Amino acid sequence: MGWTRKDLLSIRELDAAEIVLLVETAASLQEIAGREIKKVPALRGKTIVNLFYENSTRTRTSFEIAGKWLSADVVNFSAGGSSAAKGESFIDTARNIAAMSPDVVVVRHASAGAAEILARTLPCSIVNAGDGAHEHPTQALLDLLTIKEHKGHFEGLSVAIVGDITHSRVARSNIHGMRKLGMTVTVAGPPTLIPPFVQELGVKVAYRLEDAIRDVDVIMMLRLQQERMSSGLIPSLREYSRYWGLTLDKLRAEARPDVLIMHPGPVNRGVELSPEVADGPYSVILDQVAKGVAVRMGVLLLLAGARGEAA
Amino acid sequence: MTTRPRLREKAQVLDDAALDRALTRIAHEILERNGGAKDLAFVGLRTRGVTLAHRLAAKIAAIDGAHLPVGTLDITLYRDDLDMRGAPVVRGTDIPFSIKNKAVVLVDDVLFTGRTIRAALDALIDLGRPLMIQLAILIDRGHRELPIRPDYVGKNLPTSRRESVAVRLREHDGEDRVVIEEPEEA
Repeated sequence: MGWTRKDLLSIRELDAAEIVLLVETAASLQEIAGREIKKVPALRGKTIVNLFYENSTRTRTSFEIAGKWLSADVVNFSAGGSSAAKGESFIDTARNIAAMSPDVVVVRHASAGAAEILARTLPCSIVNAGDGAHEHPTQALLDLLTIKEHKGHFEGLSVAIVGDITHSRVARSNIHGMRKLGMTVTVAGPPTLIPPFVQELGVKVAYRLEDAIRDVDVIMMLRLQQERMSSGLIPSLREYSRYWGLTLDKLRAEARPDVLIMHPGPVNRGVELSPEVADGPYSVILDQVAKGVAVRMGVLLLLAGARGEAA
Repeated sequence: MTTRPRLREKAQVLDDAALDRALTRIAHEILERNGGAKDLAFVGLRTRGVTLAHRLAAKIAAIDGAHLPVGTLDITLYRDDLDMRGAPVVRGTDIPFSIKNKAVVLVDDVLFTGRTIRAALDALIDLGRPLMIQLAILIDRGHRELPIRPDYVGKNLPTSRRESVAVRLREHDGEDRVVIEEPEEA
């Protein structure tokens, strides 16, 4: 089973074997982070462009480090200081970048489908680093790698994803990945933040945090975007954190002693996670960030490492 | 991927006893050449080189009593033909000891063009500065494309390029045997 795709646009389009290949490739690249000289020549002479239309520290830095550890040349293009601010369209900007012959373009954009448009327009490989509320495949892959390393397997595990499900591309990518790998997923949050018909993705829905986290193997807390309050979807931060914030008391009362606590970051301390939980023994949040580099190395290697008759 | 032609067995080169004798001899040669087992370490190339490295380490333990560390090297990230092979399959390097100031014996099953060993040397040197690197090979089949030569050889085997050499080991293939194979449509 080999990798044959030009792009990584979503988890939904992948089959279980492709997801496992990505996770396993990333797992075997983790060792590079512990080396004295963190560099391997695999992507020497390849050019990777980070095309970011939305703010991001973790994801962009993580792709940049991943590319550099593989010896690729990594160029960052952020919309703030660019021609996009002068009114150039997304496609025109992309075509201009493509004219400089990159091998991979990593794109983040506020509009769902932006990565797919690029993939259809440009000859190089495209990695979706988050498109609107659609998908964030590398985040799901690093979450899966984290789960695999802590639990040893996927099949049969149960996961609760808690928070703003409607607006979360992280939730969407994870739901697709986890379902394909045989995991049970429960989504939970205030009814205003649970999309209608979400059950059609094969998940259960809970409207109380306590019900969602009981007996699960993994709890994934999502970041509450502060602007959800001004748009009237939740009454107040304080109410949200009272009902949906994960505290040590709730954990001890309801969750299993070996539960993993995950969060895609950045954490709103005291809102969705109490500091004792974020920094506590169940939390693998920083481990997720470390695995993010390995996952992005794996993705870049599989996309740019082969330019042969693979397809 | 290009489809490979089916191969048929042309001749047996080593049986299990001959393979074991070759490894015993190499173990003795390693000890003789290095004046004992001090500061020696094995690094095997995935997959069968690792198995051979473990067998050599066991032989040296039986002869000398020294328990030498054995590491695993995956050279995928260092290949010069990464572009030509379809999507790379990385299985990971695992060398749980420092190679700094060690005499590292690199172990692989077959030596052919030398390109794998070139990649392995680069990979190894990226992990630290060994005192020296020596090369142990079970089968040297010739056709070198780089100036690389082994320090220890189980058997020199002149082959033609269209043939291939299959090293079968108990741990992977259920038997200890080395055979020459050739394409069926000859």
